[in-house]
Amino acid sequence: MPFIPHTPSDVSEMLAAIGAPDIDALFDEIPAALRTPPPENLPQGLTEMQITRLMHARAQLDGQPLNFLGAGAYEHHIPAAVWAIVSRGEFYSAYTPYQAEASQGTLQVLYEFQTMMANLTGMQVSNASLYDGASALAEACLMAVRAHRQSRSARILVPATVHPDYRHVARAITTGQSLKFDVLPYGEEAGTLDLSSLERYSGQDITAVVVQHPNFFGLLEDVDAITDWAHAQGAMLIAVVNPVSLAIFKPPGEWGEKGADIVVGEGQPLGAPLASGGPYFGFMTTRMEYVRQMPGRLIGRTLDLDGKPGFSLTLQAREQHIRRSKATSNICTNQGLLVTAAAIHLSLLGATGLESVAAACQANTSALVEALTGIDGVRLRFAGPRFHEAVLQLDRQVDGVLQELARRNIAGGLDLSRHFPGLGNALLVCATETRTPEDIRTYAHVLAEILT
Amino acid sequence: MSNIPSDLKFNESHEWARLESDGSITIGISDHAQNALGDLVFVEIPEAGRTLSKGEVAAVVESVKAASDVYSPLSGEVIEANESLGTSPEQVNTDPYGQGWLFKLKPSNLGELSSLLDAAAYAKIVEAASH
Repeated sequence: MPFIPHTPSDVSEMLAAIGAPDIDALFDEIPAALRTPPPENLPQGLTEMQITRLMHARAQLDGQPLNFLGAGAYEHHIPAAVWAIVSRGEFYSAYTPYQAEASQGTLQVLYEFQTMMANLTGMQVSNASLYDGASALAEACLMAVRAHRQSRSARILVPATVHPDYRHVARAITTGQSLKFDVLPYGEEAGTLDLSSLERYSGQDITAVVVQHPNFFGLLEDVDAITDWAHAQGAMLIAVVNPVSLAIFKPPGEWGEKGADIVVGEGQPLGAPLASGGPYFGFMTTRMEYVRQMPGRLIGRTLDLDGKPGFSLTLQAREQHIRRSKATSNICTNQGLLVTAAAIHLSLLGATGLESVAAACQANTSALVEALTGIDGVRLRFAGPRFHEAVLQLDRQVDGVLQELARRNIAGGLDLSRHFPGLGNALLVCATETRTPEDIRTYAHVLAEILT
Repeated sequence: MSNIPSDLKFNESHEWARLESDGSITIGISDHAQNALGDLVFVEIPEAGRTLSKGEVAAVVESVKAASDVYSPLSGEVIEANESLGTSPEQVNTDPYGQGWLFKLKPSNLGELSSLLDAAAYAKIVEAASH
């Protein structure tokens, strides 16, 4: 059947057959106030050539700035092979194919992805992805409430050094589910969670403690102490991590005496382009004992009746299409194509490649900090060990400086005054492996010009 | 044909309850229910000490195809749960009225027992469902 719109005569024929005078009569059960009128001010259709020109013009408005902005979305080099392979017809589907007999390749890719994420985070099981890192944190909080049956409080401790947007999303998604989030302050000098702020919760019923590592300021938290404190209180530990950083840092599965209980994060650094903010994907790993409380799909490897290996969707009995309102999660969508990209990206890089990327990010950020703090009116706000981001303190409002940098084609970082007004004129900068010494010199040169 | 022991009471939602000599109530799911669910792969049992109301969700039985709630047929406090189901959920399939019991209650209102179905009434429901 050709997918063409119905002609007016088709429509009137169908309406006549069911005895409806017009289309509106079909929808008269929906109150008028809830109906959306047809969009106005839509321009007429364009030819393909006109559209191409328009898109080029619009894309140019975005420009290709020299990028020192991170804050949760990171510019990394993606080998050309990654998306050349992902775009093959076998993978590139408008839908995530689940029928095992039709999609063994897709299922195997997801299985390999799960294996790599479990290894990278030092955990036992991984799901096949969530929407993004922020919603993955929300899901981890809900999962902790389900998994930790002795805890009645549904109270989750969240340091202020967890990405502010992640905190907002976690709150928004769990609204109405009686979770309580207590935000813990960071140390004014260190920029990391002040362990003494945990002490006032000692002996209380805490369901889970969240820690982001590296934290929103790019700094390394004392994850061993925080993990052990959480477990000593009988609370679960939810880790939010950058997957690239795990190539050089201790995996959450090894934090403290017992390791983290749930690990989540944003998968974008593993082969997904920045793309103005999405689509990205979230990952989640946990221990085997909590696997039945984990949202999302898991792919398992099994043997068929002839003993031949095969892959199948498993542990999906608590999913929305089966369990409706009682599903473990209603945002278990698997970001299949991006996960495919991540699996291919990780395979091409290998453990050594990922380690080189992480080390280059860390070294470049150190070089950036050194170059920028050499300028009058710029100093480093927090001196502790970091991964690939740092907070700089300027002697004037950051907003104006960033606009000036943008005019010179530099995305200079994130103005922290909106989320952390207490920090004053604070700027979050980032340098991944894609920034060269020349890029850093350029930024330092332009910033010095602006500030003097 | 499902096995429906005459000494048990049943819920329309396919739980069974047995009054023990010590006054406690043992609860499980019926042979018909386990058969309809297929091979169970996981059973989530309530923790001891939890207080349940009649009709409250007390446990979850999960097969390869579905996860289903188990409702408590009576009100009371959970005094014991069948921990062996954690490693061998298939006991519910092989022996639903014996090794496959789910949990024991100390009933807070024993009168609720008489509101449950007897074997004959439950057999009618099962028969109706199979047509």
